[in-house]
Amino acid sequence: MNKTSLENLTRGIIRENPTFVMLLGMCPTLGVTTSALNGLGMGLATLFVLILSNVAISLVKGIIPPKVRIPSFIVIIASFVTVVDLLMAAYLPALHAALGIFIPLIVVNCIILGRAEAFASKNNIWQSVLDAVGMGTGFTIGLTSLGIVREVLGNGSIFNYSFIAEDANPVLLFIMPPGAFLALAALIILFNRLRKAE
Amino acid sequence: MAYFMIFITAVFVNNIVLSQFLGICPFLGVSKKISTAAGMGFAVMFVMTIATIATFLIYYTFLQPYNLTFMTTVTFILVIAALVQMVEIIVKKVSPPLYQALGIFLPLITTNCAVLGIAILTIQKNYTLTAGICYALANAMGFTLAIVIFAGIRERLADTEVPSALKGTPLALITAGLLSMAFMGFAGISQ
Repeated sequence: MNKTSLENLTRGIIRENPTFVMLLGMCPTLGVTTSALNGLGMGLATLFVLILSNVAISLVKGIIPPKVRIPSFIVIIASFVTVVDLLMAAYLPALHAALGIFIPLIVVNCIILGRAEAFASKNNIWQSVLDAVGMGTGFTIGLTSLGIVREVLGNGSIFNYSFIAEDANPVLLFIMPPGAFLALAALIILFNRLRKAE
Repeated sequence: MAYFMIFITAVFVNNIVLSQFLGICPFLGVSKKISTAAGMGFAVMFVMTIATIATFLIYYTFLQPYNLTFMTTVTFILVIAALVQMVEIIVKKVSPPLYQALGIFLPLITTNCAVLGIAILTIQKNYTLTAGICYALANAMGFTLAIVIFAGIRERLADTEVPSALKGTPLALITAGLLSMAFMGFAGISQ
């Protein structure tokens, strides 16, 4: 793999991490991360849509007139979101119910339209796939780590495996709405610290 | 009475931003000054109500009778995007002062997940048209309330010295967390 490809793949994971650095897709980030599994599920669903939309958009980039480019991108993205929505409803009904309204809302996730506009509409398929994998993985890592922090503190479990006594009281606040803001703030501070130390 | 409950629940108890996490991008992005925050709030109120009416009518006249409900996401996002453009053109022509006040916020609203979210939730909750309008209006008011209070706090915070690690986003998120905690105090009203 040459240098540009590697750069396109890793960009989204650390230097331009959508969750911790770019602050994109904040609604699902805060809304679904009440458990590590929900965060992971949402991250993977977004990764999937992102790969498909980047591939489709880099394939048709020469055909779409520049004036109607944004609406066309939105239609392409919305179709893939519908595919993911229906697939999840059929095969992962529990996760589908837990993520609820945030699955159709993947369509307005700024990461996806942002990558379509900034990357896939200007690069070839292979590079667009790498970019999508990198960005999607960065987003999945962000959501999963936020989910882990909130689940460990707020529910005393990790990926649904409980590790505290039954009558113990976890810090319930962290799986309630305010905990989302506070945990994300703490993670961003930590991420910035680590990046500076690097 | 039912409408009143929808209203109180949407504005205070299940605040769209602070407890449902819809519309976080404008909430964090356009909340540095009270005046711009209020402008954004009113623009959202305007668009969200019209969008909910339009998507409601389209859903029950076209999508549902012809078994096209799987097209909901695609249809709604297109309708909302077109609607925002149309509102922008009409407002520009009919009321230049209003356009001056709301104009710059309108294009931003297309990607505001709150508008699409409320349109879908109105359908999912099986509201009638009037209840849906009330629900959309109340949620938009909840958004305006939250963003204006948040902007007020951030204006004060801008003049204070904060630890360098907290500067910027972390401080905004912590502020939002505390605000969300304050809104949890309303949780008992609706039951």
